[in-house]
Amino acid sequence: MHSSIPPVIEAPRSAPTGRPRRSRTNVELYAWLFMRISGIVLVVLVLGHLFIMNILDGGVQRINWAFVAGRWASPFWQVWDLLMLWLAMIHGASGLRTIINDYTRRDGTRLALKGLLYTATTITIALGTLVIFTFDPTVH
Amino acid sequence: MSSVAPSAPPTTRARAAGSLYRGREGMWSWVAHRITGVLTFFFLFAHVLDTALVRVSPESYDVVIDTYKNPLVNLMEIGLVGAVLFHALNGLRIIAVDFWAKGTRYQRQLLWSIVAVWVVVMVPGAFFMFKHSFEVLFGSK
Repeated sequence: MHSSIPPVIEAPRSAPTGRPRRSRTNVELYAWLFMRISGIVLVVLVLGHLFIMNILDGGVQRINWAFVAGRWASPFWQVWDLLMLWLAMIHGASGLRTIINDYTRRDGTRLALKGLLYTATTITIALGTLVIFTFDPTVH
Repeated sequence: MSSVAPSAPPTTRARAAGSLYRGREGMWSWVAHRITGVLTFFFLFAHVLDTALVRVSPESYDVVIDTYKNPLVNLMEIGLVGAVLFHALNGLRIIAVDFWAKGTRYQRQLLWSIVAVWVVVMVPGAFFMFKHSFEVLFGSK
């Protein structure tokens, strides 16, 4: 009780032993900033997309190949969808990365889940980009 | 100064709260933000894959899209729109808390404001989105 040495209290949120205490890069800062900037852009792109598709254009009932062909005949919607694809996928992957970091306890689990996440994200972005750029609305 | 009695822990409630954090609006909005975000992200994979079928053939795209044209999937779409809308509005609230000097002080009022906006948008939104299904289910189409 009357020890002259004050008890050592671990700093809150200090990293467990075995993991680096401080990163040498600003990756977390950029990720934090990206979530906010992409979030604001996505509010416009995604809510616009949902409103146009589900309400103005009459929902999935009206969707078929010809509808998509008509839509992607316009560079405006191609750019809209491409931007939405990239931002939403990276925004979602970044969010899930945070969740994986929060809930995984073992390094192996964390590594495996992140590997799966980054692989699936890369493939999906590549596939979507390929489809938007190589789609030919005149082919029947 | 050495004889100061240790201050009693604040006992505003009869029961001890223990070590379990039971935040109020702040915690629940955080929980909802995670859940709606994960749901939307997983949907996104399916959505990119089904749309990619336009590159395979018009027939394969139409076959898959036709499986979405029923009231059950329509309800799931409304759920998705509700999840995305909450995530979008709460995301703007988080930005306000981060960048607006008074954001932290008003975080609770901001939450109830976005909940109000969510209800005001979702009521007519769900109505128009479910209109066709309603007509299919109850006979006028």
